[in-house]
Amino acid sequence: MSLELRGLSRRFDNAQALRDIALQVDGGEFVALLGPSGSGKTTLLRILAGLDFPDQGEVRIDGQDMAQVPARHRRIGFVFQHYALFRHMTVFENVAFGLRVRPRASRPPEAEIAARVRRLLERMQIAELERRLPEQISGGQRQRVALARALAIEPRLLLLDEPFGALDAEVRKGLRHWLRALHVELGLTSLFVTHDQDEAMELADRVAVMQAGRIVQFDTPARILDQPANGFVAGFIGQAQRFAGRLTSQELIFEGLPLAPLPRALLLGEAAAGAGQGPAEAFVRTHEWQATPGPGNAVLRSARAAGGRVQAVFAVGPALIEAEIPPGLLEPGETCQLDPLTARVFLADTPFATG
Amino acid sequence: MRQRSLPGFGASLGVTLVWLVGLVLLPLLALLLRPWELGPLGVWRSLAEPRVLAALRLSFLGALAASAAMLPLGLLVAWVLVRYRFPGRRLLDGVVDLPFALPTAVAGLALTALYAPNGWLGEPLAALGLKVAYTPLGVGLAMAFVGLPFIVRTVEPVLRDLPLEAEEAAATLGASRAQVIRRVVLPALAPALLAGFAMASARAIGEYGSVIFIAGNMPMVSEIAPLLIVVRLEQFDYAGAAAVGLAMLALSFLLLLALNLATRFWRRA
Amino acid sequence: MTPRPAIAEPRWARIVLCVLALVLLGLFLVLPLAAVFTEALRRGWGPVWQALSDPDAIAAIELTLLVAAIAVPVNTIGGVAGAWCIAKFDFPGRALLLALIELPFSVSPVISGLVWVLLFGAHGWFGPWLQAHDLQIVFALPGLVLATLFVTFPFVARTLIPLMQEQGRSAEEAAATLGASGWQTFFRVTLPEIRWALLSGVLLCNARAMGEFGAVSVVSGHVRGETNTMPLHIEILYNEYQFVGAFAVAALLALLALVTLAAKALLERGGPRGSLAA
Repeated sequence: MSLELRGLSRRFDNAQALRDIALQVDGGEFVALLGPSGSGKTTLLRILAGLDFPDQGEVRIDGQDMAQVPARHRRIGFVFQHYALFRHMTVFENVAFGLRVRPRASRPPEAEIAARVRRLLERMQIAELERRLPEQISGGQRQRVALARALAIEPRLLLLDEPFGALDAEVRKGLRHWLRALHVELGLTSLFVTHDQDEAMELADRVAVMQAGRIVQFDTPARILDQPANGFVAGFIGQAQRFAGRLTSQELIFEGLPLAPLPRALLLGEAAAGAGQGPAEAFVRTHEWQATPGPGNAVLRSARAAGGRVQAVFAVGPALIEAEIPPGLLEPGETCQLDPLTARVFLADTPFATG
Repeated sequence: MRQRSLPGFGASLGVTLVWLVGLVLLPLLALLLRPWELGPLGVWRSLAEPRVLAALRLSFLGALAASAAMLPLGLLVAWVLVRYRFPGRRLLDGVVDLPFALPTAVAGLALTALYAPNGWLGEPLAALGLKVAYTPLGVGLAMAFVGLPFIVRTVEPVLRDLPLEAEEAAATLGASRAQVIRRVVLPALAPALLAGFAMASARAIGEYGSVIFIAGNMPMVSEIAPLLIVVRLEQFDYAGAAAVGLAMLALSFLLLLALNLATRFWRRA
Repeated sequence: MTPRPAIAEPRWARIVLCVLALVLLGLFLVLPLAAVFTEALRRGWGPVWQALSDPDAIAAIELTLLVAAIAVPVNTIGGVAGAWCIAKFDFPGRALLLALIELPFSVSPVISGLVWVLLFGAHGWFGPWLQAHDLQIVFALPGLVLATLFVTFPFVARTLIPLMQEQGRSAEEAAATLGASGWQTFFRVTLPEIRWALLSGVLLCNARAMGEFGAVSVVSGHVRGETNTMPLHIEILYNEYQFVGAFAVAALLALLALVTLAAKALLERGGPRGSLAA
């Protein structure tokens, strides 16, 4: 199954939810739509499912235009953010629903429906819940029921809206691995919406980063992390701190901070591609700092151990900078010289700069 | 028109519009237009009759007075229903809806039997020199009866949703219980009380069945406006009847508008 | 409930307030009800039975049932359709539509009857035409039905709309992605979720339809045994000083009200909470 979106736009009363979206997803891929709330992720997902309709543009599945195909004929599985389970039906009835509403001619006999539902519930590891009502099971279990219900219709495409959004952190981690394994097992083309970058990076084959109704980058997690397409992505992904700076022909100068300039050779992002000069924004991640004890530009304010490294907060001029340092290097109150090892730099007039 | 994700929009809207236009809007259009057969001056004359003015005055002032009188009782009932658990609470909850459910003719008959000079309550009241049945007081009593549940049911949900933390906060700040109620609870309930008052009044203004049995229906004294419509219809004075009806609707509308504005003002203040 | 000692009234105050509420409502709301039954049974069951088995009374009961049997289904279908489009779709004019559906609640019952006379009475807009074709609406069954339809118009829609809005659309959307048609979605997904509220709305609609007095009084013409519903029959008996008969019929209607209230309370406990607030 392949999915292709072209020139998709959607406007709500007072907001442009989607602007000129293009996306091509290959069969069997697991794709994350990642972005802050309000960036249009859910709207895009709903349009794919036929629950909303674009003002312009087209959705093609295996080459077929979906414009005139209503939701009920699309065979697209949709897992709603709050699951939207039918509250008056048992788990079994929820999962069987999609099979039971088929026209008589294509509806499997009841015995086969039962067998298929039970197989699915077993695969979801919730076989023992089939007689329960949705209100009698936990959030994580509801999630699995919603997934089983969507899979029961043998969808050609699976859409998940914030699949872990309503769960607590503990359950979330467990389900994440399980969902990834399930995807590998089923080989189903899937798209899921999330605002959690860890989730997207860990689960997806490719990630579409969305900002203000546009897809600003669509790439593998590794490349998004290494080569963010613009300042927005650089700031949104990874634990990066943003600095105002100025790019000259030789180096990046940090504005208003006693930080040493970075030569161009050490820079990443646009600057690495030899972009021009002028006001710029620079992003430095916490592990991209080097602290040298002794007199210097920084004072350690506080430190917190985190898995073999120390998350430190330095006062540098008027700013506070977060950086990782080796354990035992400094005590709070001591001074040091703090230098960035690299930075991702984007000129301030880049179209999607966060400003 | 945009596509919609769920089916049945056109069909359900179509059914709804036919149902609404045929059963409500078309008939009300007749009410809106028919009085003017008399000409503007004729409408004026038809409404300026002393008997009409007296009836309109009784219906409106009676309704306002009766609803205002029910505010403390409505608040009390809502308060004990929401805040206290006591034997008979569930029954009390059901009893509040009695005026909603009881057919108006039954209510009218019952109130008359009770407050007539030889009734269970009418006799002791008469001994005190208070005549209820067949007087404007009886009209107000029937109006209060039908209006009470509106006040209780409007205040109740608001009271239930009031965060108790606000009252606890006031207590930690040194307010006495009476101060908390006067300064924290009542201001929060004021818009709901006003809304309940408005709904009770609107209902009482148009009330017919509960009132006419106990009213005695003496022209100029205890005759309500809806009864005047009936009287005029019996004389085949359609336009005159419609004029009274339209005047009632217009006055009710103005009253609701004024109360609405007052509520808004209150919220802002 | 967590105890809230800091903001609790003293025990004596709570007791006084509860007793006060019970006594006042007892005097004001329950005593009239008790009076109906007492007056009806003043001379025992015999006269009550006699009054209720009088041919005119039976005709009134039959007519009342017939009128309700027509008006309630019509307003149920209209109310469900109205609730469906208002609660499940966004469209311009939705708030206006909702306000118009609730409009009959703020119109006097007498006006609810009057409007039909203005349309179909002897001097109504369509009166001459109806006369020419020998059709009668006012002072006949159709008039009674129309007046009842008007006064009971909002009950079902008004009970359903808040509940359906609160439930949102996602269950219906889920059904659509699973391949359900519109009717399948309505009957299998929506209706089971709203059935108790719907039943409650229908019961309230029915109670009002059977008990309506003002509106039908205007369009009835008061022909005994023909166009008299039960509430109108009460008035006639009362005006003829047949008090036991009047109170007997009134007691029957009061029973209907009590049953309706009990059923509504039961439904509120069984069905989703908070959905049926009056």
